[in-house]
Amino acid sequence: MSDHRDFKLETLGLHAGQEPDSDHGSRAQPIHFTTSYVFPDTDTAASLFNMERGGHVYSRISNPTNAVLEERISAMEGGVGGIATASGQAALHLAITTLMGQGGHIVASQSLYGGSHNLLQYTMPRFGIETTFVNFRDLDSLAAAIKPETRLVFSETLGNPGLDVLNIPAVSKLAHDHSLPLMVDSTFTTPYLIEPFAHGADLIFHSATKFLGGHGVAIGGILLDSGNFNWSQSDKFPTLSEPYEGFHDMVFTEESPIAAFLLRARREGLRDFGACMSPMNAFQIMQGVETLGPRMQRHMENTRSVVSFLNDHESVSQVTYPELPNHPDHKLAAQLLPKGCGAVFTFELKGGRDAGQKFIEKLKIFSHLANVGDAKSLVIHPASTTHFRMSDEDLVAAGIHPGTVRLSIGLENIDDLLGDLKQALKSR
Amino acid sequence: MLINVDNQVTYIYTAAQRIHHDKPTVLFIHGAANDHSVWNTQCRYFSTHGWNALAIDLPAHGKTNGVALDSISALSGWIKKCTEILELEKLSIVGHSMGSLIGLELASKSKSIVNQLALVGTNAPMPVSDQLLETSKSKPALAYQMINQYSFSNRAKLGKNDIPGISMQGVSIKLMQRTKPGVLHADFVACNSYADGVAAAEKIICPTLLLLGAQDKMTPASRTKALEEAIPDSTVKILSGTGHALMAEQPNQVTDCLKDFLIGT
Repeated sequence: MSDHRDFKLETLGLHAGQEPDSDHGSRAQPIHFTTSYVFPDTDTAASLFNMERGGHVYSRISNPTNAVLEERISAMEGGVGGIATASGQAALHLAITTLMGQGGHIVASQSLYGGSHNLLQYTMPRFGIETTFVNFRDLDSLAAAIKPETRLVFSETLGNPGLDVLNIPAVSKLAHDHSLPLMVDSTFTTPYLIEPFAHGADLIFHSATKFLGGHGVAIGGILLDSGNFNWSQSDKFPTLSEPYEGFHDMVFTEESPIAAFLLRARREGLRDFGACMSPMNAFQIMQGVETLGPRMQRHMENTRSVVSFLNDHESVSQVTYPELPNHPDHKLAAQLLPKGCGAVFTFELKGGRDAGQKFIEKLKIFSHLANVGDAKSLVIHPASTTHFRMSDEDLVAAGIHPGTVRLSIGLENIDDLLGDLKQALKSR
Repeated sequence: MLINVDNQVTYIYTAAQRIHHDKPTVLFIHGAANDHSVWNTQCRYFSTHGWNALAIDLPAHGKTNGVALDSISALSGWIKKCTEILELEKLSIVGHSMGSLIGLELASKSKSIVNQLALVGTNAPMPVSDQLLETSKSKPALAYQMINQYSFSNRAKLGKNDIPGISMQGVSIKLMQRTKPGVLHADFVACNSYADGVAAAEKIICPTLLLLGAQDKMTPASRTKALEEAIPDSTVKILSGTGHALMAEQPNQVTDCLKDFLIGT
């Protein structure tokens, strides 16, 4: 339990950030489906624009429904606040552009979701931001990749798709020794499985589309700040520690030494880039967040059963899951992820690419699609879909082979899931 | 802005404005283990409404260097020096918790310079329990948690901040955790040992607002009667459902109350 929360995760998931609607007593969080908010007078309007008062001006910057989601997930993670974004990718982009501009540099894990890899490898360099990808299990390589212009160290808590377990205590210490923040993508783990802030991470983002929502109906992301990183300790972050002409020479670290990052991200990033979350999506994701604890418990139970089944099956050459003794991060997983290592994992079928494709097509309950973290069980072939832009060399470095199949285990009855896998493996 | 006080760099938040000596000035003083940022919305408001609005970091707090002063008298004297350096002949003082005691002492000792006084989340005396006093010395991290528990109303413990997306309790404890070693204890010693509050209150000649939280467990509203009666020209305003961290829990209401008091309706 982090140090400023009076309630546990399941309770925070249901209540944090919200009180019953003062006008009608609505127990559920209302959807504030509005672009803008009526100002009672001109003075209040000016005060809201100038951050002299709390409140909402325009839903690209903030919205009452989104604000509940932001406070709720922040409370579950033990942070000082959050910003809901249009997607997980939007959250990643918002973090990067808040921390650096042209000439900035990121050190990132080589085991990233394909979309994140694309953004860092191909898109951000067009705007003058470069990334060096390294194996985060090798701390010496990580340290060697840090340059004077580095502004961020970034990894997933569980690397996609090889489930490399991020050694958050060690990597955050290394980053902090270089006056750099560590940001983690905790989409696969959610605050149910690990609280990265408690282990030393400074920033978190989630694709809320996945387990946080859980229903597969809404795209969204959230960016969270631990409030621990001192942005003024060096001159590396002038976007936060020097006057910003775009907001009346505000110095964000003076305005809020604790929440400077979130302040700039909202006041510049949402204002100018505009990748905000729809309040409808915030409401829908909130419905998922309310049951995150019990759902993740069931995800873990089902996943462990499926992992065990596949690991013992004669048609399977390898299952990659950190709870298995042959996974390179088995010991670290036991230390950092005692509740489980997520519900997404890969396995190799004997027979390579053809065997993998036939298996997928025989499945009846598993849905073949490009998503994870749904209540429904999902399957995909990464080499031809999510990671198809990566070179063969990068694929191997990320732990992906031609016959790799990725499963996202849902909440169905475990007997039905095992039955579906059995018939698909048998009929290949 | 930065000024030099007793050869120490002293930070004053001004909402990016310069001081104009033809404008009225309000000086905001923070409480124990806090800094200027607890006043940022109020400071920004007054800075655009015709005032010099200054929120100072006390010695060894926030961006101000030096050693924490462990008496209200010394802190009051230090604030007086700051006003002299800034060439402020008249000003209004707004203090929260420990900062309210500093304001009280300053207004009683330097009657000629304090125009108006607002005491936010205040008690006088302001005793600190032996347990919390000892914990602040031996286990400050635990003391921060205790303070954070006591400082918020039941409602606020689940959030719903007026400032979108920000955790009130989260920011509060992280701010305390950045406090330099020994500072919280010195602050608490200053509060606990200030026995002259009511006597000081009797000497105050300026209009004084007591702005209190109905659910304040640190400085309960029920214990301000003596202070209220001692100050000749006092007004009491109690915010319902609000704990000790008034500016975090009710930033807009606090601003409105201060506006009504300092500027008038």
